[in-house]
Amino acid sequence: MSYDIDKIRSYFPILKQEVYNKPLIYFDSAASSQKPIQVLMKEEELHNEYYGNIHRGAHFMADRATEAYEEVRERVRTFINADSRNEIIFTKGTTESINLVAASYGEQFLNEGDEIIVSEMEHHSNIVPWQLVARRKGVRIVKWPFNDDGTLSLDKLRNLLSTKTKMVAVAHVSNVLGTINPVKEIIEIAHQRNVPVLVDGAQAAPHLAIDVQELDADFYAFSAHKMYGPNGVGVLYGKEKWLEKMPPYQGGGEMISEVSFEETTFNELPYKFEAGTPNINGVIAFGAALELIDSIGLSHVAAWEHELLDYATSKLKEIEGLKIYGEAPGKSGVISFNIEGVHSYDMAMLLDKMGIALRSGHLCADTVMAHYDIQGCVRISFGMYNTKEEVDTFVNALNKVRMMF
Amino acid sequence: MTIEQVQQEIVDEFSMFEDWMDKYSYLIELGNELEPLDPKDKNDQNLIKGCQSRVWLVAELEDGKINFRGESDAVIVKGLVALLLRVVSGRKPQELLDSEMHFIDDLGLKQHLSPTRSNGLLAMVKQIRLYAVAYSKIEG
Repeated sequence: MSYDIDKIRSYFPILKQEVYNKPLIYFDSAASSQKPIQVLMKEEELHNEYYGNIHRGAHFMADRATEAYEEVRERVRTFINADSRNEIIFTKGTTESINLVAASYGEQFLNEGDEIIVSEMEHHSNIVPWQLVARRKGVRIVKWPFNDDGTLSLDKLRNLLSTKTKMVAVAHVSNVLGTINPVKEIIEIAHQRNVPVLVDGAQAAPHLAIDVQELDADFYAFSAHKMYGPNGVGVLYGKEKWLEKMPPYQGGGEMISEVSFEETTFNELPYKFEAGTPNINGVIAFGAALELIDSIGLSHVAAWEHELLDYATSKLKEIEGLKIYGEAPGKSGVISFNIEGVHSYDMAMLLDKMGIALRSGHLCADTVMAHYDIQGCVRISFGMYNTKEEVDTFVNALNKVRMMF
Repeated sequence: MTIEQVQQEIVDEFSMFEDWMDKYSYLIELGNELEPLDPKDKNDQNLIKGCQSRVWLVAELEDGKINFRGESDAVIVKGLVALLLRVVSGRKPQELLDSEMHFIDDLGLKQHLSPTRSNGLLAMVKQIRLYAVAYSKIEG
């Protein structure tokens, strides 16, 4: 089957927009992907046809909405091959998913003197929640450094693990370096010491087929808005054996079984962790995004993005003074770089004027910037809708910018 | 010249540029021409940290007027800093408090002052005002 790029692009109305009278080139999908009409229409359909608060009302609308919401939970379960729907918690994003684990797992299982291993290439969202709980509990965060090419050494991990280690937190795919970390091996090594692993899958879920059972991940977090779905929806996968033992993260409606002023009993999984009225429309629309990904085939999307990555990498390498951060073999579709003598903000600013949307700055990964001793860089990232022609336009624009300095 | 007149002068200067590229080339030129700060002034106390670029601002009161000096690590931001300094440096605190900084908006460069840009410029404009408030109290 050939990849029908024109058809795919036609799903995303925003791609027809012009920016400063130039056709939009959207190279910032790793920050947030654009939304297809299927997702927009799903949300409209819900509000026009069957909206009500879920799991509560004894009326038709509530029933229909509940059904649609729970269907998405089932779709997510299949998407990542979880064993049970009880292991799929809807959150507002990867950040909240990780905060939930850090707070709730931390409350139950962390004690003074314990250690949490966090890789040096993590997004702030997979560092700060651990620091918060570490401060509360007197726990030490242990840095797992990465190599200059953007890879993590498993031997280093083996050396860092000790009887004090109570968690390993690592990204499946680095948001700056694009490295696809060997999470299966990482988890295996940690499990030999009975240490659970949380995988930040925000940058992996839109690009790689995920099988949480094959990985044997204890926790796996990702966001809908990077997967062509709506904002404000995320997923936390957690093994039932952990989730059962973890206390609720937030209290409120939905997560309770019975409430009195003396004592409250909590609802069963997954509702125990979904306090309050959830993002009903977001979750239901996320289902449409997953449906779209499934219909195109994630492997086809990945192959297409990989071609773009190779093409763009070779083109960029021709530019004098350009340095790419992260060149791990088989990396994912992001390229972070700097050009000697051009500040990343200036570069992003001028490219924006030429219709090109990309990310600049520290990319929410100060520790990665510190590793390379830089203040920031620019990053391009690909989605299912990008093309080689866009890469060509981008490279030409970049050469023009270079000439301005 | 008053603050208002200098702002108008800058707007006139920019009006001769036909497209955005000329405008930005000029900003880059201004940025490159801006006298660099003494390395010792580029300290944490003078640093205004944005997540995209950094700006340093130094203020000194002399004969009732505030002399501002500044710099940025990004050249376009440095160009904008140069323009700002031209407008605000060597003014009495009260003059600064009575005026409004509108020329960046007039030049169509408003996006550089957007909080989401986080390039340090917006914070610099606020910081200039804070210095004016503080020094007006000393003077007053």
